[in-house]
Amino acid sequence: MKAFLRKLSGNHEISLAIILVVLFIVVDILSGFTFHGIGNIGEIFKNNSLTLIMSLGMLCVLLTGGIDISITGVLAFAGMTVGMLQKYNVIKNVPLLFLIAIAIGALCGLLNGVVIAKGKVSPIICTLGAMYIWRGLATVVYNGEWASGENVAGMSAFGNTAGPYIILAAAFVVYFVVMKWTPFGRKVYAIGSNREAAQISGINVDRVEILVYVLMGVLAGLAGALSVSLYGSAQPTMQDGKEMDVIAACVIGGVSMSGGRGTVVGTLLGGIFYAVVYKALPLVGLESIWQNLIKGVIILAVVVINVVSQRISRRQTLARREI
Amino acid sequence: MKKLTALLLVTVMAAAILVSCGGASSGSAEYALVTKASGNAYNEKEAEGFVAAMKAQGITSYVVKHPEKATVDAQIAVINSLIAQGVKSIAIAANDANALSATLKSAKEKGIKILTLDSDVAVADRLTFCNQAGVQEVGQALIDAVYDIASGAGEYAILSATSQATNQNAWIDAMKAIAAADSKYKDLTLVEVAYGDDEPQKSTDQTQALLQKYPNLKVICAPTTVGIMAAAKVLQDKKSTVKLTGLGLPSEMAAYIGNDADHSCPYMFLWNPIDLGKLAAYASVALVKGDIDGTVGGTFMMGETQYKLTAVEGTNASEIILGPPFKFDPSNINEWKEVY
Repeated sequence: MKAFLRKLSGNHEISLAIILVVLFIVVDILSGFTFHGIGNIGEIFKNNSLTLIMSLGMLCVLLTGGIDISITGVLAFAGMTVGMLQKYNVIKNVPLLFLIAIAIGALCGLLNGVVIAKGKVSPIICTLGAMYIWRGLATVVYNGEWASGENVAGMSAFGNTAGPYIILAAAFVVYFVVMKWTPFGRKVYAIGSNREAAQISGINVDRVEILVYVLMGVLAGLAGALSVSLYGSAQPTMQDGKEMDVIAACVIGGVSMSGGRGTVVGTLLGGIFYAVVYKALPLVGLESIWQNLIKGVIILAVVVINVVSQRISRRQTLARREI
Repeated sequence: MKKLTALLLVTVMAAAILVSCGGASSGSAEYALVTKASGNAYNEKEAEGFVAAMKAQGITSYVVKHPEKATVDAQIAVINSLIAQGVKSIAIAANDANALSATLKSAKEKGIKILTLDSDVAVADRLTFCNQAGVQEVGQALIDAVYDIASGAGEYAILSATSQATNQNAWIDAMKAIAAADSKYKDLTLVEVAYGDDEPQKSTDQTQALLQKYPNLKVICAPTTVGIMAAAKVLQDKKSTVKLTGLGLPSEMAAYIGNDADHSCPYMFLWNPIDLGKLAAYASVALVKGDIDGTVGGTFMMGETQYKLTAVEGTNASEIILGPPFKFDPSNINEWKEVY
């Protein structure tokens, strides 16, 4: 029992999973037992698939000690591009449109990666500039137009199939495998833990860092196409400010802002936690005007629990080593 | 080499930022339009009408400003720069009814004619208001649509924009007042006013929550263009029996309008934002030329049509009502979706 408790307080993912289960049960009771249905759970994942998918890219960026706040700008630029291609009947093929969005995202990410890795520009400043550039381009290039409804009928129909779920599941499986069992995954952790040691041991730090931002861009571009599919509309303002949700989901999932610590499973749990809160707030009979306040309190509470549990685990590790 | 690359990239970024900040400004502007924010198709249409009407009157000294974000701060910055430029009139779609007061007063002291369109400010701060549709008319049209679609009885919900949105709150209050005053509506029950904050994702969450919470729900009324679009997709994708009405842009809602089970919205309303922009342009010119001074009873011509300044209910401040809200249904949607 004592060993179990120690494991519980020491393992961040298990403690977060328990919090999640408790939260889920509470919400289910408050909502009159309508929360546990398959349809509802499906919607939880679907409505938050953009945050969930981008949190994987953000995990890698945070692991290297960086940050990327340009992601929703990239999302809007890629999303507007595929929206307009459909509106003006240039391309209607949904898989091709997804590839175009991903390619745009990759290019945006490459620019970030090169400026950060080769130019040694601080990630938050570089991506802050990039955020305005991509969001600005989404507005300027498409002249403030929208594409919606019939314009994006093909993508909108795709959004109502199992497609978004498959993309979401595939992204998590790929990242789980890559981060756990491939040299690339280990290099990302190595750089985040100790950049100089990684460099000395022969890792091409710049190349890994660039690749991390390219992958972030790829996922942001993918999320752009997915956003058009899910909401049946492309607007220059789409998902504005949601980069903070993505970062918060990672942090709730135990990813360290200073690099080197964090897992795909933790990120998934953090993302689901966020998604459950989002879905639950309008359901449990709270006045609308209270919802943001309550969301903030819940997030802060979980992050505090995280920090405390990590401190306990560190102390236990030290105690075991008899230091 | 590395430094050079970095320098180059930073220059490119800086250039792109400058490009994305540029607006449609001309040398010596006299007539200014300030919309709610950039990147919004509805605002673009208002601006389009404003520009077209200026050109039709042979005026080239106009300027359209789209604030970067839909906030009061962004509008204050824009207005201050217009005051510095010395424009003669400012037509503004306000992001807040009261917070612009100090800035508008200082514009007024400089002799600038202030008028509002789309969303009004406190009546003391402007000369007149170009009202897209009277609050009463919109409230009446919406409650009648709910009554009709629900066949006279049952539960309905409202999906609004933000809880502070001036227009939406006024329309919702009008709906409630009309429903309370006439026993015809006694069997209709308003179960909730939900706020989707004009974000597709939040509006989607809120719509799904409404469906889950109220299994007997018959109609959702969304008096906001983003909300109605998000709700339309949720209902149509689910093949829900709950029907939708409200205020939406025809081009965005065409895919969802129809009388059969495959479509979520039997009909909806809106006015023409292009015409609203035109009205603001003609009213600006009339104010600057002195044809009207903002007092009730004044008249001016917009092309062939005469518009009259009427009193805002319960005050002696004036407004110009564009016309009753226009109904979009399966019979006319295909024609209008090409227009805006």
